[in-house]
Amino acid sequence: MARSRELQQINAGSMADIAFQLLIFFLVATTMDTDSGIFRKLPPMPEEEEQKEEKEIKDRNIFVVLVNKDNQLLVENELMDIRELRESAKEFIANPANKDDLPELIPEEINHFGTIPITKFHVISLQNDRGTSYGTYIAVQNELTAAYNELRDELSIAKFGIRYDDLKESDDRKDAVEKVYPLKISEAVPKNIGGS
Amino acid sequence: MSKFARKSKGKMPGISTASLPDIVFMLLFFFMVTTVLRETNLKVNISPPFASEIKKLEKKSLVSYINIGKPIQKKIYGTAPRIQLNDAFASKEKIREFISSEREKMTEADRKKMTVSLKCDKDVEMGIVTDVKEELKKASALKINYSSRSGTQKQIFSNF
Repeated sequence: MARSRELQQINAGSMADIAFQLLIFFLVATTMDTDSGIFRKLPPMPEEEEQKEEKEIKDRNIFVVLVNKDNQLLVENELMDIRELRESAKEFIANPANKDDLPELIPEEINHFGTIPITKFHVISLQNDRGTSYGTYIAVQNELTAAYNELRDELSIAKFGIRYDDLKESDDRKDAVEKVYPLKISEAVPKNIGGS
Repeated sequence: MSKFARKSKGKMPGISTASLPDIVFMLLFFFMVTTVLRETNLKVNISPPFASEIKKLEKKSLVSYINIGKPIQKKIYGTAPRIQLNDAFASKEKIREFISSEREKMTEADRKKMTVSLKCDKDVEMGIVTDVKEELKKASALKINYSSRSGTQKQIFSNF
């Protein structure tokens, strides 16, 4: 008759090795890269009837940026270097000196700010050629976004002492800052001006 | 004799490794849970453009990707930029189909928050990107993200 032997202990010494192997596999297979980029909202497709009537926009309220296939910028009918785009966009959006050829300032009631004059109807019209390279397009978009972000930052620091970026998504101060400087970039469907 | 003198010249006791597997398992589980295995194989070369005003995409489950770039296998597919949806090349007419199938996968509440990330090579021409944007408008997928990586001013303006 067999003796009731004691159960032999399983040797767990190699457990660590096995776990290490699995760990290394997952370490290698993991993709930690998070995607990042510039966010935009596309305008909805216009209805058939709406398409006919185009909104009249005053000339002073519109800031035209054209990009051709040779990566040159035409801003308000003048050639411009990309390094100057940010500053001139900022001046256009804010119109601090209340100039006649920049957007009209309209007093508006906004939370936290009371009644302040804002360039409510300003529009930045960005138009590119079909042959413009994507890198150029992103550089221009980046500069325009930077112009808005810098203005919002300046306002936010002056008013709340906190950077615009650091305001929480649900914070109504963020909404207020966005109302003072609303992002208005309109993109026309590109024409084939320069040929591609 | 000082109070803290060694009592004996005994050897240093070995560090117990008994808890090592536990620690490693903990790490293992962490990586197992956080891993997102790559779903698609890229068939196009993409070197994203540089930008400074970028934001991170928060929730991966809300994002659909459209890749545009030159095919990796030039000998088979040529060098003209192509659109890649999921695992295969597609024409721009397929985008609407793609968007609606991506919408199907999401819950009702998430559909409004759906974001389309355009991953384009920095050298593709805007023509094809604009076509894709027009299709996205028709599919009313209006939240988009131009995928780009952070770079210095020199890198951003390298085209000028």
